[in-house]
Amino acid sequence: MLLAVAEVTPAWYLTLGALLFTIGAVGLMVRRNPLVMFMCVELMLNAVTLTFVTFSRMLQDVNGQAVVVFVLVVAAAEVVVGLAIIVALLRRHPEVTADDLKVLKG
Amino acid sequence: MVELIVFLIAAAGTLAGALGVILNRNPVHAALSLVGTLFGIAVLFVAQEAHFLAAVQVIVYAGAIVVLFLFVLMLLGVDRAEDLSVEPIKGQRVVAGIIGVGVLCLTLVALASTSFEATGARPAEGDRNLRVEAVADVNQLGESIFTDHLFALEITSVLLVIAIVGAVVMSRRVKRDQLIEDPLVAAAEAEEAARREAEEAAQTTEPETEGADA
Repeated sequence: MLLAVAEVTPAWYLTLGALLFTIGAVGLMVRRNPLVMFMCVELMLNAVTLTFVTFSRMLQDVNGQAVVVFVLVVAAAEVVVGLAIIVALLRRHPEVTADDLKVLKG
Repeated sequence: MVELIVFLIAAAGTLAGALGVILNRNPVHAALSLVGTLFGIAVLFVAQEAHFLAAVQVIVYAGAIVVLFLFVLMLLGVDRAEDLSVEPIKGQRVVAGIIGVGVLCLTLVALASTSFEATGARPAEGDRNLRVEAVADVNQLGESIFTDHLFALEITSVLLVIAIVGAVVMSRRVKRDQLIEDPLVAAAEAEEAARREAEEAAQTTEPETEGADA
């Protein structure tokens, strides 16, 4: 009954994006494992890409999708560099958490 | 109707995966939950007729980034579970929750003030990308990237090269004598030395209690 009347509007997608962004932000603040914090950043990036695609469709403007392509590239570069830092870090201190990283020297 | 069902399933998968990322104690399980979120997003891209982006999402994110995460987790053996019951900084979770609610309210208010009435509206000035009425397909996307965003595209290629070089430089093994002095290691070594010294002192002063200590 409810399914028959409800229609998916762009606002639904945008709300989902807002929820996803919030979950990612809270996870980034709560978790201490650097790898899990990185995954939370990926969640936030995905929320933003979802929002971009939704607006791209709403406004019939392909530039929104072009931005998403660049976000993907930047996310890939960010993950590569970030994981390299984490690998260098964890190799020397296997138990390290974000709280212990008071210095940036490898 | 179909779009609604697709949306509900994909949204449920996306949110469940996101919650799995932040609630799973084991980082490997968190990475696998992340795959659920990424696939859900890809399905939502298809539902919004962004087919190319959906394919790229699956290939780049689920195929490359999550695999990279899993490689790091498993090769370094850092996949032990984190104890989520302790709260290392007092009040951290409460503050994080408050900030989270704040972010959610902010985004939803921004949404309510713009998108609900702007559905389907077009920008005032005509752009040549807007000339086609139909939903953007991959041809238009390619045209947009390789004409309007050509400079940005070239810059991203430079960015990728820098990222590769940076990753190789940072993850190479450093020789022992080239190591920069590390406060964490120095503190641990000093602690160990002090402990050993104290043990030796105890042994020399009270040799008869050695058996009891051991």
